[in-house]
Amino acid sequence: MKSKTILLALALYTSTSFAQKLKGSDTVLPLAQKEAESFMKTNKMSKIAVTGGGSGVGLAALVDNTSDIAMSSRKIKMDEKMKLQDAGRAYKETIIAYDALSVIVNPGNKVSQLTREQLEGIYTGKINNWKDVGGDDLKIVVYSRESSSGTFEFFKDHVMNKKNYASSVLSMPATGAIVQSVSQTKGAIGYVGLAYMDKEVKALKVSYDKGKTYIAPSLATAKDKTYPVVRPLYFYYLTTVEKSVKPFIDYILAAEGQKIVEQVGYVPLTK
Amino acid sequence: MKTFYKKFSEKFIEGLLMLSGTVTSLTVILIVIFLFKEGLGVFDKKPVEEGYVIAINKNNAIRKITSAEIKNIYDQKITHWNEVGGKPDSIVLFRLEDISNFYSDDEIGENFEGLPNCINRLVDSLPNIIAFFPEKYLIKDFKGKQLEIDKIKLAEFFGGKEWLPTAQPSAQLGVLPLIMGTLWVSLGAILLALPLGLAAAVYMSEIAKDNVRRIMKPLIELLAGIPSVVYGFFGLVIIVPLIQKTFNLPVGETGLAGSIILGIMALPTIITISEDAMRNTPRAMKEASLALGASKWQTIYKVVVPYSISGITAGAILGIGRAIGETMAVLMVTGNAAVMPHSILEPVRTIPATIAAELGEASNGGLHYKALFALGCILFLITLFINLTVEFVTSRNKHNKH
Repeated sequence: MKSKTILLALALYTSTSFAQKLKGSDTVLPLAQKEAESFMKTNKMSKIAVTGGGSGVGLAALVDNTSDIAMSSRKIKMDEKMKLQDAGRAYKETIIAYDALSVIVNPGNKVSQLTREQLEGIYTGKINNWKDVGGDDLKIVVYSRESSSGTFEFFKDHVMNKKNYASSVLSMPATGAIVQSVSQTKGAIGYVGLAYMDKEVKALKVSYDKGKTYIAPSLATAKDKTYPVVRPLYFYYLTTVEKSVKPFIDYILAAEGQKIVEQVGYVPLTK
Repeated sequence: MKTFYKKFSEKFIEGLLMLSGTVTSLTVILIVIFLFKEGLGVFDKKPVEEGYVIAINKNNAIRKITSAEIKNIYDQKITHWNEVGGKPDSIVLFRLEDISNFYSDDEIGENFEGLPNCINRLVDSLPNIIAFFPEKYLIKDFKGKQLEIDKIKLAEFFGGKEWLPTAQPSAQLGVLPLIMGTLWVSLGAILLALPLGLAAAVYMSEIAKDNVRRIMKPLIELLAGIPSVVYGFFGLVIIVPLIQKTFNLPVGETGLAGSIILGIMALPTIITISEDAMRNTPRAMKEASLALGASKWQTIYKVVVPYSISGITAGAILGIGRAIGETMAVLMVTGNAAVMPHSILEPVRTIPATIAAELGEASNGGLHYKALFALGCILFLITLFINLTVEFVTSRNKHNKH
C-alpha cells in the first residue's frame, strides 16, 4: 500500500513539473545555472537541468530535439538555421544579457589605450611591436580564445572587421588561462569577459572613433552603451515548447533575473 | 550429474570470456569505422560554408578560385583581380550586411523580400565585385556568375600551412602545422623522459637498496594517478614562466613546456614497466656475469638491459603513446598557435588539443566537424604505426635470442 502511494505521488510529481533542459555555451552556463537555481526556489514544481558543452553542441541538441533551450554566445549560423528548417522546426531567439569584452595587457605595459584599427592590426599580425602603438620596444604576444568560442567569433566580427586572425596568435582553452598568461607575460595582449577581470591584468581603454574618445570597460559604460565591445548572449528554443520554457525566460528578463545577470558579472538588458 | 554441472559451468565461463573478447574487438572496430567514415567525409565538402554562394560580375574573366585566395581577398591581402588571374582592377568586397550601404530599407523590404533582387542588381552593376551571400537570396535568373570552388583536396589538407577552420567565407584546413606540432612535442617529451626514465629504472632495479625502492616505487606510481589537468595547470603556472625567464623568450607557452609536462607524465609508465622487466632477469644470469669478473655496471648493460629490452621498449612505446594522445595538459601549456614550428621554443598546436578545443562548438556534421574527425584519423594512424613498429622490433629481438 505504502509503495503504491509513493508511486502515485511520483507519477503526480513528474506529470505536473515540467523538466527543462538547457544546453550550450560555456559562457552562458554560469549565468543560466544561477538563474535556474533561483527560479526553482520560487517555482518549486519546476525542474531545470543546465549543461554546457559549447554553443554548437547546444544548437545541435536543438536540431536533435534533445534540449529545450540552446544557450549560445554567438548568433545561430546559416547551416544550423538550415538544419532546423530541414527538420521542420521553427525556433525563436531571445537575448538574455550582454557581455562586455575588455582588452587586457600586462600591468607592466605602459600602453593604456588603443583604437579599433590598432587592435585589428595587432590581431591580424600587421602590428607586432609595442613601440608601434606608443609602448616600449617589445614584441607583442597575442592571446585569443579557441576558434570554437563565441568570444573568438565576436571579436573577429566586431573588432577585427571580419578579417582572419594571424596564425601566430596563441589560442587558450579558457578565459582564466588568458588572464593567467597575460599576467605573467610582459608583452601580452588578450581579451576576456568583464566578469573575469582581476588585479593581475590591466584593462585598456578602447576607441571606436579613430582615437577621439577612449572608453574604459566597466559595467556602467557597458550599460549606457558608450563602451563599444559588447556582445549579446542568446537563448534559442523551438516554438513548439514555447509554453513550457516561457516562464523561465520571462523570469530571466524580469527585474529579478536581470539582477542575477549583474551579480554573475554580465551586463543586464537596458529597456 | 556433478560432472555435467562442472562441464556446463566451464562452458558457460568460456562463453562469457569469448563474449567479452568479441564485444571489445567489435567496439574497437566500430569506433575505427565511425572515425574514418566521418573523417573521410571532409574530402567531400567545399571550404565555403554550406548554404552560401560566392558570386562575381558576369564580365569578370575569372572562373575558378582557390580557398586560400578567397580568404586573402576578404582579408584584403589580395586587393586586385590581376593577382588571381584577372584584370588589374581593384576588388570590391561585398558581404550581406553591406547591402544597406547600397540600397534603402524600402528596397530591401521588411522581411528581406526585395533582397535577392537587390543583390542581383548590385552584382550586375559593379564589374569588380565579389559577393558572399546565402544561397536562399539567389534568384533564378541571376545575372552574375557563381564562382566554382573545388572540394577539399588531399594535398591541400595535408600540405596546407594554415588552420583557420571557422574562417568565412572560406575555411582554411591545412593540417601540416598541427601534425608537426604533435610530432615536435612528442619527440621532445621522449627525448626528455627516456634517458631519465631508464636511469631511474636501472637505479631502482639494480642499485637501490630495498627500503629506498620501497619508498620510491609507490611515489613514482603516484605520478600516474595525478589528473592531467593538474599537470597542465602546474605547467602553466610554474614551467611556462620558468622557460620564459631561462631562455629570455617573449612568450613562455612553447613546445618545450609541453614536452616537459608530457615527459613527466610519461615517466611512471616508462619506469614501472622497464623496472619490472629488468627485475625479471634471472638471478643466475646476473650471478654468472659477476662470477666471470664483470663489474656491476658491465653486468647491467651487457646482461640486464639486453635481457629486458623488449620490456623496456614496451615501456617506452606506451610512454610515447601517452605523450602523443595527451590532450588537456598540452592544451594549457603549448600556446596552441597553429604555425609551422621552427624550434621547440615556439608555440605549437597539437592534434589532440585542436580536437578537444574545437569539437564542442563545431556544428554537427559540418565541414569543421569532419575535419576534426580527419585529424582523429591522422592521430590514430600515427599511433598505429608506432605500435606496429614496436611489435616488429620486439618480435625480431626475440627471434635473435633463440
